[in-house]
Amino acid sequence: MSPMKSKKDNIRPGHRRTTFSRGVAAAWPICLGYLPIGLAFGVLAQKAGLSPLQIGLMSMFVFAGSSQFIAVSMLAAGASLFAIVATTFVVNLRHFLMSSALAVFLKNADPKKLTFFAYGVTDESFAVNLSKFRDSQWDLDSALVTNYTANFTWIITTVLGGIGGQFIPAHAFGIDYALIAMFICLLVFQLRGFIYVLTAAIAGICAVLLSMVIPGNSYIVIASMAAAAIGVVIKKKVGLGEER
Amino acid sequence: MVSTEYLAVILGMGMVTFLPRWLPLVYLTKRSLPSWLVEWLDFIPAAILSAILLPALITDSATRSIELWRPEFIVAIPTFLFAILTKSLGGTVIVGMVLFGLAEKFLNI
Repeated sequence: MSPMKSKKDNIRPGHRRTTFSRGVAAAWPICLGYLPIGLAFGVLAQKAGLSPLQIGLMSMFVFAGSSQFIAVSMLAAGASLFAIVATTFVVNLRHFLMSSALAVFLKNADPKKLTFFAYGVTDESFAVNLSKFRDSQWDLDSALVTNYTANFTWIITTVLGGIGGQFIPAHAFGIDYALIAMFICLLVFQLRGFIYVLTAAIAGICAVLLSMVIPGNSYIVIASMAAAAIGVVIKKKVGLGEER
Repeated sequence: MVSTEYLAVILGMGMVTFLPRWLPLVYLTKRSLPSWLVEWLDFIPAAILSAILLPALITDSATRSIELWRPEFIVAIPTFLFAILTKSLGGTVIVGMVLFGLAEKFLNI
């Protein structure tokens, strides 16, 4: 973002354009990654009997990929409203941790903006925004643009998948790997010292082991809460991790 | 046509998804947090990204078993090195995609 630095940020129209283009630029890896997943979801939902309108509404109201996949298969199997909503709650509980970590960077921000921002907190936008907030050139307005760009892409791609996704070659060019590669790089950004590497290693290993014994994805929340706690204890005991 | 039942399902899903996203943001941004909590939250991103990533790389999500030499994991090694060396998000995404595309083509998966 260095070319933008020289611009005077307090001039309104220029500032707006900068905010917008920065937000969109930060969102492109997310959008690329959503393309195959959104199309796949649309195809699956259409096969389960949902119309493009129903698909679009779900993507708009829920905006959480994995829980939408699960909900569609539960709908097709005739599950009850309560079962679907309860499952969605558990599957998406990890966002609670992500919003908490983001909150550290948003002290005393406008509650109205925070509410709109909260809607767009996903695994992907969390990871992108958090590393951006840390290098302090980032603001809530840009983060909002990033979230809604990703949200817009998700809605459009899922609806397109529902209309005729099976005719779109969605798995070309290794595009299925876009989000994994993005997470790899964003994880590297978080490894800011030995203690972070250690915490990440503990979290990863715990997650792998837990994923084999507990159904669903609660292993993500349990493993990362435990690993972060171990990180705090080690930092206290050994006095490591001075680099912040 | 969208039935009332379907609307109830997605509204319910939307509500239970929104609340965990929203509560920490409105609640935690308004007060000063104890230092242990800030320290703990400081470790959450590294932990959570690793907890999402590693199972996706080395386990089969259908059978829930460890399967080390999957193309996802093999491609992750050079992708990880590229990310460490360049610190470029866009570059890493492109390199990962190209390598995975090649792996799919030549590793016969």
